[in-house]
Amino acid sequence: MDDLLREFLTETNESLDVVDVELVKFEQEPNNARILDNIFRLVHTIKGTCGFLGLPRLEALAHAAETLMGKFREGAPVTKEAVSLILQTIDRIKGILAELEALEGEEPKGDDGDLISQLEAMSLAGDAAKAAAKKPAEAPAAAKKPKEESAGSLVYQVLERGLRPGEVSLDDLEKAFRETAVEVPAEPEAPVEAVAVADAAPASHQTQQGIDLVKVAAEIEARLNKQTETKPEKAEKVADDKDSDADAKGDGKGSVSSQSIRVNVETLEHLMTMVSELVLTRNQLLEIVRRHEDSEFKVPLQRLSNVTAELQEGVMKTRMQPIGNAWQKLPRIVRDLAGELGKQIELEMLGAETELDRQVLELIKDPLTHMVRNSADHGLEKPEDRKAAGKPEKGTIKLSAYHEGGHIIIDIADDGRGLNVERIKQKVVENGLASEAELEKMSEGQIFKYIFAPGFSTAAKVTSVSGRGVGMDVVRTNIEMIGGTIDLKSVAGKGSTFTIKIPLTLAIVSTLIVESAGDRFAIPQLSVVELVRVQSNSEHRIERIKDTPVLRLRNKLLPLVPLARILGVAEEGEKSEDDGFIVVMQVGNVTFGMVVDGVFHTEEIVVKPMSKMLRHITMFSGNTILGDGSVIMIVDPNGVASAIGTAVAAEVNEKEDAAKARSVDDPAKVSMLLFRAGSPEPKAVPLSLVTRLEEFDIDKIEHSNGRDLVQYRGSLMPLVYLSHTVQRRTEGTQPMLVFSDSGRSMGLVVDEIVDIVEEQLDIQVGSDISGVLGSAVIKGKATEIIDIGHFLPLAFEDWFHRKEISSAALTRSLLFIDDSPFFRNMLGPVLKAAGFDVTTCGSATEAMRRLGEGERYDVIVSDIEMPGVNGFELAEMLRRDPRFRQTPIIALSAVCTPASIERGRQSGFDDYVAKFDRPGLIASLKEFTSHEVGLAA
Amino acid sequence: MSKAPATAPGAAANDAHQDSIQYVTVMIGGQLFGLPIHKVHDVFVPESMTRVPLSAPEIAGVLNLRGRIVTAINMRRRLGLPPREGSSSIMAVGIEYRGESYGLIIDEVGEVLNLQTSGRESNPANLDRRWAEISGGVHRLSGQLMVILDVERVLGRMLDQLAA
Repeated sequence: MDDLLREFLTETNESLDVVDVELVKFEQEPNNARILDNIFRLVHTIKGTCGFLGLPRLEALAHAAETLMGKFREGAPVTKEAVSLILQTIDRIKGILAELEALEGEEPKGDDGDLISQLEAMSLAGDAAKAAAKKPAEAPAAAKKPKEESAGSLVYQVLERGLRPGEVSLDDLEKAFRETAVEVPAEPEAPVEAVAVADAAPASHQTQQGIDLVKVAAEIEARLNKQTETKPEKAEKVADDKDSDADAKGDGKGSVSSQSIRVNVETLEHLMTMVSELVLTRNQLLEIVRRHEDSEFKVPLQRLSNVTAELQEGVMKTRMQPIGNAWQKLPRIVRDLAGELGKQIELEMLGAETELDRQVLELIKDPLTHMVRNSADHGLEKPEDRKAAGKPEKGTIKLSAYHEGGHIIIDIADDGRGLNVERIKQKVVENGLASEAELEKMSEGQIFKYIFAPGFSTAAKVTSVSGRGVGMDVVRTNIEMIGGTIDLKSVAGKGSTFTIKIPLTLAIVSTLIVESAGDRFAIPQLSVVELVRVQSNSEHRIERIKDTPVLRLRNKLLPLVPLARILGVAEEGEKSEDDGFIVVMQVGNVTFGMVVDGVFHTEEIVVKPMSKMLRHITMFSGNTILGDGSVIMIVDPNGVASAIGTAVAAEVNEKEDAAKARSVDDPAKVSMLLFRAGSPEPKAVPLSLVTRLEEFDIDKIEHSNGRDLVQYRGSLMPLVYLSHTVQRRTEGTQPMLVFSDSGRSMGLVVDEIVDIVEEQLDIQVGSDISGVLGSAVIKGKATEIIDIGHFLPLAFEDWFHRKEISSAALTRSLLFIDDSPFFRNMLGPVLKAAGFDVTTCGSATEAMRRLGEGERYDVIVSDIEMPGVNGFELAEMLRRDPRFRQTPIIALSAVCTPASIERGRQSGFDDYVAKFDRPGLIASLKEFTSHEVGLAA
Repeated sequence: MSKAPATAPGAAANDAHQDSIQYVTVMIGGQLFGLPIHKVHDVFVPESMTRVPLSAPEIAGVLNLRGRIVTAINMRRRLGLPPREGSSSIMAVGIEYRGESYGLIIDEVGEVLNLQTSGRESNPANLDRRWAEISGGVHRLSGQLMVILDVERVLGRMLDQLAA
């Protein structure tokens, strides 16, 4: 294939993609002459080039399409059918191009008479419509004289149609020439035209092809101005504006295009490889210099290092492409889907300019397309259903992309019906993925995740669009393959949002170098959540259920896999498993710990593909050369995750999810830490409140200023004894619970830490003793639940003052808003003990969302000082809503001055309670809820 | 790329139009083998080899050879021979196969021999299956036999087995 043809193919394919997008836009805005001009110009160029290269089939098609578009320009009505027909033609052209490429430049045989005759018929119809419309407007008609001629030639063409079904080239070519000839004289008439245009309806607007940049710019400006005037209409419009912004930029680029050149992808790839090598060599040199202290190489090497880093960055940039390239086909797809499914769909695209590595781009194209199809098919409802649900008939699919850290986040959100939990459950049971009993225990989030399971589709009937059940698992696999993750949120009736997180580039990854069974391995940092050191005698130690190793990490049980075992290199003896490090990893929704013998450092590595001989090993994703010159295998977290089986891990994750969603009010289970202090009866605190369990040597405990302190993590930590009867040991170690919040820590000294249990926290007997919330049955024994809130001020009197902390929660059903997780966890049980069903929120906005979504509470307790929306503002907002006018709202604040209390009253708070005044809070709650019971019920 | 081993009687067949072929001779478990010299990129001493867990038993590991990652094949194991006694130095022959670099680990490298193509004989019918699979024929030298090592078959069969 010669270069000319290759160039033609690339260019034409690009142009066609643009035409696709533009046409869909045009259909929505038939009066936008700029879009039409753009399309017309592109198609015209294609036609011209085809004629030049001797590709009669393509030329004939392009010509017929162009003719029809010419009618649009002359004012023929833009119908859906016409646009569909043109799109169909473009598809045909694409098909021919693909064959052309495969045949090395020979135009494939075939007959396009069907399409051409349809296009011509449509043109004729357009002519008629236009003629009808034209009569009243005489002035423009006069100005349009040259156009008339070409219309005349079209009639000629129509007459001839019968004579030449299929083979057309010569006539068309001639006609093309004739038309071009017409265009030239049209130029001098431009001023006349412009005048005419000014008087006439916009439809009569006619520029010949060849974009007039000045005019376009003026138009864009005019349009922008118009939009600024009319803008404050709706949020939707904002997206439009952005679009046109982007368009304007695009047009501007036209003039810049001469400053860019096309570079073969292979050249870039090669460059990238060479740079990668350079990075590796640099790393090796650095390693060598590190061993020789006073090396004269140091300075030049530092320079080399910097230059290399810059070079690497520069080359990476050349590989970057806007994600919009992957979205280009979507408007067309959505349009076609909308037609097929009988839905009205609007596709919003934000952040199309976000750049990412072209390799990654290629790999996410298909998953993205699939997900948009899914949203259109499953997510959005039919117009009538939407209407019934009180939503606009037109559904919206919103794609947005943005950078976050070294990653790109892509959201695909629809405002459809949301996922149907019941359907998913049913399907899960049908497919035997989980039992009903298991499902009962799961949170919604966990259940939703089943849609990523292989062979899972809830579409009641299989449509041509989706519902073949090969969808989401493939999407997930593809995304995980490139080291990405996918997550989803869904609210029934409001829509679903899928969030994809992918690395910017695949070529260079940051990894953690670990050792296992004498070998070193690299683990991608992306999957590493944290590192835990385990020793058989320390707080973190590996325990076994049968032979399965697990680790208690905070409030969850983490399944463990020794890396050596999973790689089949485990040595004899258990030692390596009980002393070592645990790399806590998260892969998609699976969390597990990988046991390794040692952890070295992190290193940026250039991933090299593995030899074909090794590619079947799913535990590795590649290999690379380290700074010291040795080769290291890169562990594939996905491979490991699937090897250990996802069941256990998912379960842990569930718990974690549940804990995240509702930290204390989860009626199912709360992790409680059992201990003994001062008396043989067990005592307990919610584990989530405890930051750490420590044992200090007695001689580390110092006395100063009348209290006991220990040096802990570089600062002094006051110790508080749970009661006077707690044994003060004279030798050995003293166990204690460490509570931390905002950098302050307190040690609560106890006699013995007994156990961690998962129990339903049900405080049955209240307590008057300070420091004790009440008693609950835990592990079959009456256990005192300790009120940490009582002890904190003992350590730091200003514990509750020093930070503006907000909290909110209500009675009977109570919503508690506080931005500090510590206070949420602490007051949650307090309120619960007082008989409320507590829901906690971390921010006022979260609370508003919950309330907005229809959750109702009998009382709301809110912190005042919160980031974003503060308590006063929240109260004011709620008071303005008739639904919440009657709901009691109690302010909870560390600041209790008369002024702030007054401010609270003005904002609509029913009461204002100091944060440390828990009896006051309870009393206030009792007062208001007993009033409200009748009303709220 | 797919030089189907079935159709070629041996790698040497590529050079059949020439009268003689140069072979690099190597010793593996006391047997003399010859590799067509144009297949051999370099001869090196493998250093700091990294084991690859879960790989085929014949794969000794991966190593860095001047910035390229080379997959090392333990030829003794490939030929079903016992591992070498003692820890005398090992050698490797670097070859390219389907765009990737491999190192065949052998006991020692011998000399380069120029042999007449006419002197090559096909594999004896009773040759061990594993050997016949990778042998491109036999040359009778004075005092010993030299088995022609067919690189395509040595590596191709391993890949086929993986695919199967």
